Amino acid sequence: MVEVKLPAALASECGGERRLAVDLPPEATLGEVLDAVEAAHPRLARRLRDESGRLRRYVNVYIGEEESRRLQGLATPVEGREVQILPSIAGG
Amino acid sequence: MAYLVLIGTRKGFFTATSDDRAAWVLKGPHGLDPDGFTAVAEIYAAAADPATGQILVAADSPHFGTSVWRSDDLAATWHEPDRAPMAFPQDLPYRPLDFSDTAGLDQPESDQANTVKRVWQLAFGPQEGRVWAGVEPTSLWRSDDGGRTFAFNRSLWDHPQHTTWASGGGGPAVHTIVTDPDEPAHVMIAMSSGGIYETRDDGDTWTGVTKGITVDYGPDPEPESGHCIHKVARTADGTWLAQSHGPVWRTARPGTGWTNVSGTLPSEFGFAVVAHPTAPGTAMVWPVQAAMDRFPPDRRISAWRTGDGGGTWAPWGTGLPTEPYFGNVMRDGACTDGAADPGWYFGTRCGDVWAAGDAEGRWHQVAAHLPDVLCVRAIEVP
Repeated sequence: MVEVKLPAALASECGGERRLAVDLPPEATLGEVLDAVEAAHPRLARRLRDESGRLRRYVNVYIGEEESRRLQGLATPVEGREVQILPSIAGG
Repeated sequence: MAYLVLIGTRKGFFTATSDDRAAWVLKGPHGLDPDGFTAVAEIYAAAADPATGQILVAADSPHFGTSVWRSDDLAATWHEPDRAPMAFPQDLPYRPLDFSDTAGLDQPESDQANTVKRVWQLAFGPQEGRVWAGVEPTSLWRSDDGGRTFAFNRSLWDHPQHTTWASGGGGPAVHTIVTDPDEPAHVMIAMSSGGIYETRDDGDTWTGVTKGITVDYGPDPEPESGHCIHKVARTADGTWLAQSHGPVWRTARPGTGWTNVSGTLPSEFGFAVVAHPTAPGTAMVWPVQAAMDRFPPDRRISAWRTGDGGGTWAPWGTGLPTEPYFGNVMRDGACTDGAADPGWYFGTRCGDVWAAGDAEGRWHQVAAHLPDVLCVRAIEVP
């Protein structure tokens, strides 16, 4: 089971829940986690990735305490760590 | 009757209502989504269907991407489809249209993909459920279910002149769509940069119709395509007017050639052109001093009107500020409400919006101090 933590700005996409439990083995990659999120919550998923599957520029996804782009991106094995989605610092 | 104005800004979507086009009640920014992140989204496109009252708004969130929201109760509640209303086919070869994308060719191949960056235009067609969308990167999309889902128009994407399309300062996009109530399969579009194209077979084939329009931003003064067109409108008698990155042009039939009709305007440059819904040859423009001096002429905001298809222009309407003013009207920052005695509306990059009844001829302030206004649409409501 992989736990995905959502920002408040997207909570309504999951009925107000800030945490999603995704039924995947610990060795699943971040991409597989987001695929599973897409199957259950398509509108939430497209806030996070564009139609090509890339993470949106101002969406940061942390695996444990590391931002996924500093790891292997979507190919990063989650290895049981919490996945946390945070809007990046942007805007004026 | 009352009037409803839709105002899209750089940061959020606003509405205003009035019974007389003089006293206005402003609301917003509206959070179209339940969590409210769209309250700070960029709103380049909105549309209202006078036949049904249906409203569509495209919101571009810098964080969470682009989507299209629908209201069936005059902007009281909003709905968004679960699936992305438009998404590029992922087997489509990548086409860089933006200079930054061209630079991005150095990126790994896996990072190159066609993705919807912004919706610039939403236009209801005469067919039931028909909505056209102009999108960045330069593409056209068609909905037959009232804007819930959009199909990618492959014919325009594959047009042989696509190699001449590029990014203007605002981004490479189809930003103008003019439908034809008398000939439903006829649609005119414009893009920056690219040109003006029309279809007479409901989007199966497209023909460039920019003949006669000259440019001063390329080595060829009259290129076949690659023009920076800012907006196109058709007046009630069928005369077409085009505001380019340069003069205003006129033609009776776009394929036969355009003529410069800027002679009596205070300057050639501008963005918006709006046609009167019923008066022949009647339209309005909001001049900008020059491409390299992008302020209103004499630093005063003004609307200029023609009643003879661009043959002559004159300033129109009282009530606008007389002190120096530095905000321009962008390409979708003006409209009419389509009423029998129509109202004219425009908003500026200073965040001001004005409205004027055609018969009264006086501008009344709808809103002030908003974020810069990108699009304005209005309809008559019960």
